[in-house]
Amino acid sequence: MRSENNSDLPGPENKRWRHGLEYGRQPWREGVRRLSDLQPGESAVIAHIRCRGRLGERLAEMGLTRGTVVEVLRQAPFGGPIEVRVRGYLLSLRRCEAENIFVESGSVKNN
Amino acid sequence: MSQDQLKTTERPLSSDEHTRELLVALAGNPNSGKTTFFNQLTGARQHVGNWPGVTVERKEGICERFGVRFRIVDLPGIYSLSAYSQEEIIARDFLISGGVDVVINVVDAGNLERNLYLTMQLLELGQPVVIALNMIDEAEKRGRHIDFQKMSHLLDVPVVPTQARIGTGLDEVLSKAIEIAADRNRKQPRATRYHPTIESEINALEKALHFPQHCPLPPRWLIVKSLEGDEDALNRLTIWSADGQAARSKIETARKHLEAHLGESLDAVIAHNRYGFIEGLLHEVVTLKAPREIATLTEHIDQLVLHPWLGIPIFLALVLLTFELTFGVGGILSHALERQISALATYLTNVLPAGPVRSLLVDGILSGVGGVLVFLPNICIMFAAISFLESSGYMARAAFLMDRLMHAMGLHGKSFIPMLMGFGCNVPAIMATRTLESFQDRLLTVLVLPLMSCSARLPIYILFAGIFFPKHGALVVFSLYLLGILLAVLSGKLLRKTLFSDTMSAFVMELPPYRLPTLKGTLLDVWDRAWIFLSKAGTVILAASVIIWALGSLPWGVAFGSEHSIAGKIGKLLAPIVAPLGLDWRAAVALLFGVAAKEIVVSTLRILYSTQYATAGASGVEDTISHSFTPLTAYTFMVVSLIYVPCIATIAVVKRETGSWKWTAFVTSYTLCLAYVIGLLIYTVGRLLGLG
Repeated sequence: MRSENNSDLPGPENKRWRHGLEYGRQPWREGVRRLSDLQPGESAVIAHIRCRGRLGERLAEMGLTRGTVVEVLRQAPFGGPIEVRVRGYLLSLRRCEAENIFVESGSVKNN
Repeated sequence: MSQDQLKTTERPLSSDEHTRELLVALAGNPNSGKTTFFNQLTGARQHVGNWPGVTVERKEGICERFGVRFRIVDLPGIYSLSAYSQEEIIARDFLISGGVDVVINVVDAGNLERNLYLTMQLLELGQPVVIALNMIDEAEKRGRHIDFQKMSHLLDVPVVPTQARIGTGLDEVLSKAIEIAADRNRKQPRATRYHPTIESEINALEKALHFPQHCPLPPRWLIVKSLEGDEDALNRLTIWSADGQAARSKIETARKHLEAHLGESLDAVIAHNRYGFIEGLLHEVVTLKAPREIATLTEHIDQLVLHPWLGIPIFLALVLLTFELTFGVGGILSHALERQISALATYLTNVLPAGPVRSLLVDGILSGVGGVLVFLPNICIMFAAISFLESSGYMARAAFLMDRLMHAMGLHGKSFIPMLMGFGCNVPAIMATRTLESFQDRLLTVLVLPLMSCSARLPIYILFAGIFFPKHGALVVFSLYLLGILLAVLSGKLLRKTLFSDTMSAFVMELPPYRLPTLKGTLLDVWDRAWIFLSKAGTVILAASVIIWALGSLPWGVAFGSEHSIAGKIGKLLAPIVAPLGLDWRAAVALLFGVAAKEIVVSTLRILYSTQYATAGASGVEDTISHSFTPLTAYTFMVVSLIYVPCIATIAVVKRETGSWKWTAFVTSYTLCLAYVIGLLIYTVGRLLGLG
């Protein structure tokens, strides 16, 4: 699972990235964290999502797009999936999926 | 509004309306109340089948209102119209096939933002759409007021508030559907406006690609989907565009240009814009009456059932309860049914003259089909329980809790319950895999399920453990269950790595709000499953029972299943094959007959060894068996019985659920080979250790 997602990494480190594009907002900017690192009760705004293909589309259609507020509600036992509140409903996703979602605090919204 | 009130609103039929038929597609997100909506409209006048060529469930029903016959097709619950999952492709193909008169989009009013994402895509398709704002009462309760008239005005489509559970608003949806289907000059619904750069690119492409005047699919939709990277839409676009294959490179250039300009992947921007449009719309039509949303009932329940410490014990308790109901209460009913069947067998034996007809009816059909029919109570009860867990919203929580464990096996969190049910009986367990959305996950679960030791295999263990391991019987039986689980885990991992080499499906799953399931919905669910079991599995089992009976009783005149019957001859033929496992021809015949139902292994052994003990003067069947087997061969035999070939009913249901003979043959031969290899391994190692 993880290796599949990593092959979707943008930027020069991955040659398979479709157009060699880099996103405008870099994940390593200060204050940007992975959604999987948030503790239950914390909420943040999606800065960018780093996956393509089926998973990328699935996340987008479930409403996880740039600028969306997500709140982590709980984690399943033994390192299982996490539960988040997004756009007024509850969603669960595996940790390895949440690792590709980069968030920052505040409610910055830009287009 | 009650059902009676609804009836009085029906207009008298005029002759020209009498024959009108409308094909209505019911589209919506999972958990939007779409199924309740469908059940409420069609009642018992529905049937469940599979979509042509695939095993995704297809529900279709008839409903007559206002003198119009509505043929309603319930599309699979989907979140989007992309072309990734089978469900989405089915829904999309059906919608763009051209035969659909009206699309009824069922939307959960309490979860508008995400539900409208599909709506926006349906509107882009350009077909007449009626939006049903379902569960409007729930939204109101949560302090949200939705101005549906304004929404209708802003989107240029009819919007009707409904409560499918009690039937409110359904007639209005249908009357709007008639109206909009007949309206030839209807306005195109308001579609999403994308980022200005994308919009200008779409407009430029619309001109550049030279679509015909009456393109059956909206060019704009084809372009947007192709820009999103949708292969299927792109293929359709090249068919309709006068540019043909040249259109492909034009789209590709446009996409590169846009991505360079926007600095983000295009599908992400498009999704972002759709949600942006929805946010704007909701800002106009939704007013929050409560200042801040109060914690809902769902959140309170989740605090308990997803509690870090209590979550798993509660889940296990619920599973145990389901298990107990299915095999405890269900067992009592099935014994009652069994008594009826054996009473019938006795009656037939007394009434009919001895001969081939009686033998076929009693030994063949009644014992074969009857032996499977007795599972019916278990199946009905289990599906009532699963339907309850599923439609109440708990099943998603169970998957959430168990996903870590199942993921390690290469399976999905939702595979857990079917796997556990497999300990009772593989047949309903395989049918229960329908709760898995991804076909890949489902297939994998179905393939490893026969390794879960079902209750029909228990009599074999009890017989042999009782004879050979009187002191450690429980431990021996436990080791067999454990072996089954271990092999399932290893096979799961192996199959995932080899045959299912493409990526593991995502676990991005909605945890729907808890709702009380309707009795009607549950009963319809149970009826569907019972019917599938009776009709499909029934026919195959009938045929198989007759074949096995013929093998056991031909040539005519020999004792049933004896050495001289065809089965006996086959057994002798198989003897050299099972010899390396330390087994004789009787064991081979028992295993062969056991394919009909695993309990038959025991009854066959009893028949075969009883003829022997009569001549050898031994004190009982157990005694003969204890002379014919050693503890090592007995254990090998139990292991082989555990793994080898699923029973006929299971094979039939695998065929039914996978829709493919290939996978059915695969699971049969795979388990057979595995049984032989493991059996050989145990016997050989045992011999080397001097246990034989």
